[in-house]
Amino acid sequence: MRSSPPSRGDLTPELLQTSQWTDELLHGAGIPVHDIPFVTVGGGIGSFVTLDYLRVYGVPTGSLRVLSNIDTPWETYEYLTRVSQIPRPERIRSDSSSRPDNLWGFPSYALEEAWRDKSLRHLRQVATEPIFDDYWTPRAGTVFQNLEREAKRISYWDMLVKGQVRMVRRRVGGGYFTVLTPPEGLSATRRVAFRSRYVHLAIGYPGLRFLPDLQDFRERYQDYHHVVNAYERHEHVYETLKTRPGVVVVRGGGIVASRVLQRLMDDREKYGLQTQILHIFRTFVTGSHGPGVFMRRRGGDGWAYQGFNYPKSVWGGQLKAQMRKLDGEDRAKLYKNMGGTNTPRRRRWQQQMAKGRRENWYHAFQGVVDKVEPSPDNRLVSHVRSDDGQLRQYASDFIIDCTGLEADITEHRVLADLLQHSGAGRNPLGRLEVERHFEVKGTASGDGALYASGAATLGGYFPGVDTFLGLQIAAQEIADDLARRGFCKKLGPLRSTSQWLKWARNKAI
Amino acid sequence: MLPTLSGRIQTRLFLLATVGLVVTALIVPVLPGAGSAALGDRYRTGLVVLASVAVLGVCWELLYHFLMQFRWEKDWPTLFGLLTLVPEGLLLWGLLELDVVPGITAGPPAATFWIHFAVVWLAVWLVANGPMRVPFVRWRFRGGRLV
Ligand SMILES: Cc1cc2nc3c(=O)[nH]c(=O)nc-3n(C[C@H](O)[C@H](O)[C@H](O)COP(=O)(O)OP(=O)(O)OC[C@H]3O[C@@H](n4cnc5c(N)ncnc54)[C@H](O)[C@@H]3O)c2cc1C
Repeated sequence: MRSSPPSRGDLTPELLQTSQWTDELLHGAGIPVHDIPFVTVGGGIGSFVTLDYLRVYGVPTGSLRVLSNIDTPWETYEYLTRVSQIPRPERIRSDSSSRPDNLWGFPSYALEEAWRDKSLRHLRQVATEPIFDDYWTPRAGTVFQNLEREAKRISYWDMLVKGQVRMVRRRVGGGYFTVLTPPEGLSATRRVAFRSRYVHLAIGYPGLRFLPDLQDFRERYQDYHHVVNAYERHEHVYETLKTRPGVVVVRGGGIVASRVLQRLMDDREKYGLQTQILHIFRTFVTGSHGPGVFMRRRGGDGWAYQGFNYPKSVWGGQLKAQMRKLDGEDRAKLYKNMGGTNTPRRRRWQQQMAKGRRENWYHAFQGVVDKVEPSPDNRLVSHVRSDDGQLRQYASDFIIDCTGLEADITEHRVLADLLQHSGAGRNPLGRLEVERHFEVKGTASGDGALYASGAATLGGYFPGVDTFLGLQIAAQEIADDLARRGFCKKLGPLRSTSQWLKWARNKAI
Repeated sequence: MLPTLSGRIQTRLFLLATVGLVVTALIVPVLPGAGSAALGDRYRTGLVVLASVAVLGVCWELLYHFLMQFRWEKDWPTLFGLLTLVPEGLLLWGLLELDVVPGITAGPPAATFWIHFAVVWLAVWLVANGPMRVPFVRWRFRGGRLV
């Protein structure tokens, strides 16, 4: 029998309305308070790498808690990659030295795989990428296995507290209260609170938005079967295509579109299928493009080509240094110049698409979809308007939306609350504005600080936030800021080396 | 590598002064083509070669930085870091042959120079592409700057 949630210790109207809370206010509401100097909210890759840094800097587990609705840091990432066609044996997008389990990035994944396979193939590839070969990238499975090893080493699960975080509010007298709703049956009260000097938010994507015309179709015709999003389970599409020939419309020009195409094309080859693919690009890139000779990106056949989701030097070189100096309009402009949907130019994908064009079963074209309707024979009709003003109709059996639009940050309750009650503001791209050291601007509370990293902070002084390496860069800035504040000791060359030796020997810390 | 201009120069100078120096100290006694030259003189030549790589390198880095501007990613692929050994080695060798490198009277024999130069280059390249990150955790995020 499921017990109903306890009604004791819940948020009161007074708490909801008061932006800054006193200890008495919580006491009065009967919400138990736990004292922990540092809590991180989310429990995905962003929280993990931040805790990893702090543990390596020497902070004991007793001073750290991670509040999360998932059991392992890779759970959400694994779900998203699996449904978007990157199961464990497939290779992910980021490079060899983006290692969320190893803050030094040495040895790289390629070195590790070379050692394990006793083969120089991986090393040859990293030595010649991206000129003579595709970027070398690790298998998803390798990433997860290593994360598990590191999580054990830093006693991750000793710091994990399960539950849904409802809000973070500033505390009168300094620091913050983070309110958590524990899973049913685990707590005598409906909410518990963590009183801490520091809070870190790494809640991942605030929410996913679907293309409006597709959302409209799904709601109007209650059809969630023929129109799917690549970020949700849609294995039935591939299974149906194995039983009878069909036409699939793919929408989007990013890496997820590449992955979905690869799956359709692999299946076609493997099972001798007759699948026809219609690929609609809203922006159809025909060649190199960019604002000038010093800023031109490769492209062709519809795609903009780029190894990673931003030009590589945003993670450490020239573009990182440049963006760090920009504010407002100037920052938004540089984001615009180097942004845009893109995908890596991988040799295998190029071969598959070339074959599809030759054999007339892969058709890519520019178009904006006005609406999607069911046809009398129970198929889908997309009404597509191209840039030259022509209106055409395309019939298909399935539509796979690979655009992955991200929702506004206010879709996430914790962020919406932060904007409303705690002085947080938006950056030139509309997301959460953070300082160069990832403190959320305007949210300081006494001697406490509130940090955020990940997708919610895109548009700040550092562009590569929503990646493993970006989250590690943020974690380093945060750890160094905490060291300046006296929460931990900064990591110098000697201590770094000795900590690395412990990592290499898998010695628990 | 994802260098900035000052990061390039700092990394080059630092690695030549550490890795380059250690490798030179170890390798000079066993380099071929020593003939009857005294060990002290051979060390002197080795150090001058090392210093020349550093000094000329500052100019080379300016050129590399300029060339990098044509790359969309503003990166410097690992392979470039290795292959630039060829033009840099040839230039320095040419200057030694012309006797315009200060500090030595006669240039070293070809085998001595090329083995020394290539081994130092390889060691610096290998350290820059990995082990350097172990003591210096912020180095790779700062475009190769150490200060
Ligand atoms: C298909 C796909 C492929 C990608 N491939 C790569 C790649 O190859 N390399 C790379 O570097 N990056 C890649 N990324 C980006 C990747 O998602 C990020 O690097 C990383 O997973 C983001 O970590 P995060 O901590 O910000 O978010 P997540 O890992 O998503 O973790 C956030 C967690 O917070 C939890 N949460 C949210 N709100 C609350 C709340 N109120 N209370 C409690 N818990 C909450 C969520 O459940 C979630 O589990 C990819 C993304 C996608 C979608």
